[in-house]
Amino acid sequence: MELIELKEICKSYFLGEMTVPVLRGVSLQVAQGELVALMGASGSGKSTLMNILGCLDRPTSGEYWMEGREVSVLSADQRAWLRNRKLGFVFQSFNLLPRTSALENVALPLAYGAANLTQRETAERAGEMLRLVGLQDRMSHEPSQLSGGQQQRVAIARAMVNRPQVILADEPTGNLDSRTSEDILDLFQRLNQESGITIILVTHDAEVSRHARRVVHIQDGLIVQGAYGRGPAAAAQPPGAELTLTEAP
Amino acid sequence: MNAFRILLTASKALRKNPMRALLTTLGIVIGVAAVIAMMEIGAGSSQALQDAISSMGANVLMVVPGTASSGGISFGAGSVTTLSPADCEAMIKQCPALRGAAPQVRARTQVVYGNRNWVPFWMTGTTPAYLEVANWTMAEGEVFTERDVLAANKVCVLGQTLVRELFQGESPVGKEIRLKNVSFKVVGVLAGKGANMMGMDQDDILLAPWTTIKNRVTGSTLQSTNQSASSSSSQDTSGSINTLSQLYPGQASLYPEKSAAQIADNPMPVRFENVDRIMAAARNAGQVQEAIAQITDLLRERHRIRPGEPSDFSVRDMTEMTDTLTSTTQLMTNLLLSVAMISLVVGGVGIMNIMLVSVTERTREIGLRMAVGARGRDILRQFLVEAVVLCLAGGAMGILLGHGGSQLVQAVLRWPVATSPAAIIASVAVSASVGIVFGFYPAWRASRLDPIEALRYE
Ligand SMILES: Nc1ncnc2c1ncn2[C@@H]1O[C@H](COP(=O)(O)OP(=O)(O)OP(=O)(O)O)[C@@H](O)[C@H]1O
Ligand SMILES: [Mg+2]
Repeated sequence: MELIELKEICKSYFLGEMTVPVLRGVSLQVAQGELVALMGASGSGKSTLMNILGCLDRPTSGEYWMEGREVSVLSADQRAWLRNRKLGFVFQSFNLLPRTSALENVALPLAYGAANLTQRETAERAGEMLRLVGLQDRMSHEPSQLSGGQQQRVAIARAMVNRPQVILADEPTGNLDSRTSEDILDLFQRLNQESGITIILVTHDAEVSRHARRVVHIQDGLIVQGAYGRGPAAAAQPPGAELTLTEAP
Repeated sequence: MNAFRILLTASKALRKNPMRALLTTLGIVIGVAAVIAMMEIGAGSSQALQDAISSMGANVLMVVPGTASSGGISFGAGSVTTLSPADCEAMIKQCPALRGAAPQVRARTQVVYGNRNWVPFWMTGTTPAYLEVANWTMAEGEVFTERDVLAANKVCVLGQTLVRELFQGESPVGKEIRLKNVSFKVVGVLAGKGANMMGMDQDDILLAPWTTIKNRVTGSTLQSTNQSASSSSSQDTSGSINTLSQLYPGQASLYPEKSAAQIADNPMPVRFENVDRIMAAARNAGQVQEAIAQITDLLRERHRIRPGEPSDFSVRDMTEMTDTLTSTTQLMTNLLLSVAMISLVVGGVGIMNIMLVSVTERTREIGLRMAVGARGRDILRQFLVEAVVLCLAGGAMGILLGHGGSQLVQAVLRWPVATSPAAIIASVAVSASVGIVFGFYPAWRASRLDPIEALRYE
């Protein structure tokens, strides 16, 4: 069973009388532990697809299966739970809370999913994530006191803090220079290899395909290449079995 | 998310913009301060008013004898004399709600000093306890003593008006005045009291031991002050008192004469030791009703009145006066309180306004929180708690400010002030509910945001 399976996903925006079809039947399979790069021209619908994958948005039609469950029909609260526990989102514009320390930013998802954790455990876990992204000495810095690359690493730590199965990154390097981009992509690759986290990232940069095992091309709302991977058998099995999370309550 | 963390998040969010939080909550601060100050000053003035009412005699009770009736015609309260000085003493001893009691024997006669004379409006025979009961003090000299009462000594105390009319600046203490050719020594002068509630001059008064007034001045109270009491002799009451017989003079009596046997069988109760009425004072205005009950029980027992039979006396209080005055203060306090409440509502609208602005400003934050797993209700709770924390903080500041303000008023203006715990509890409750009521709409708006829309919000 694939971790993620999209079947004929369509997404249209309705602007008054006009209907703007953005995704026109996207089918995609992603296995556990894959690192997928999503590429395509501007306006081809990559962000739209990512938002659907991230349970931030709902498809107009089609099915979205995740671990054998149809997610596009879930309630808002259930999708919130999925976003909290199963998915991590990394944005192009970092989207960190201003005037809030890196540690607190990283701990933000814990506020909604880990009521059993004490204040100290929360801080410990956030600190652990910051160490993972190499920011152990920047924990109390606020976003305005961090460089772009550091901010994005804080955002990645935040996406990681609830030990999700999938990280969705929409142009994570879009606002960074090429050297920093390289660092970030290396970080993703490391996370993918060491923790076995499935990563789907959007990029314009063909260089990125060097980091990704698999590149999916999207054009005018349709996947033109790489819709089906080499299958679950071919995908590297997650070495981090401890990352398997409990089911929804 | 546990409650502590929710509070922490809310206070963190508020601390990010302390100036705005302060200004936002100012409405609540002022509203609560106004409520507290109003309540404290109001409670203080009503306390002061209570005291004033007490000094005006609101806690004074009058025990008057019951009605005599003759041939179906009643003579009105006080027309029989059933009260004795012993009743008065028993009341002092056995009614804990009473501060004191004094008997009264009334007379009305001319007072002569030298070549001047005056008929005082009040000429009361009583005991020294009268002063305490009537809340009166001496301006000069001393009041007569219990001993004077027992011995029926010819001593008296004069009111200011009487002193002015008779003595014209001279000190009356030690002088002799004459009442009905009986010579009385003036032992003291009462402090001025002015007019009473009915506009009658209370200083136009002569006080003397009731025994003296009764024995030497009125001869018998029964005849001079009580019409019906003239029936103490064998004379028929109906003949002399019944007004019908005066309406039709010369006519035969409407009622058959009582035979000697009848009079002997049903003698009118005649006591030589009786007083016209007893004046008593409850410990405070609030204990008046209790005192009435105690007096009624005691006197019914003393007068051997069986249950179900009407009392041969009645107890009157100044309830009307007390009620009027307390309801006036109540009205004022309520009026001020409603003004203060309006300012609380205005403060609440201010909170709502700023919360709405804040929700709009923090749309991206809301979107982000939702993207990392916050549900609508988490967002709702966050903003609601922020509003409530804001209001409670404002309420706390308002309580301090209002309390400080009323203390200041007390210190500077010398207004009476009383701390009111009820007002503090009410203010906390009201500011929390203002927070919930006016914070709800913005919080609800925030919780209804679509995560993707919120994230995209510029
Ligand atoms: N909220 C919206 N309302 C209407 N149309 C929209 C909306 N969001 C996106 N679109 C349209 O959907 C199309 C795809 O947008 P999307 O953001 O997915 O592109 P993209 O592939 O991410 O492009 P880029 O590489 O520039 O980020 C665009 O043509 C855009 O105009
Ligand atoms: Mg995009």
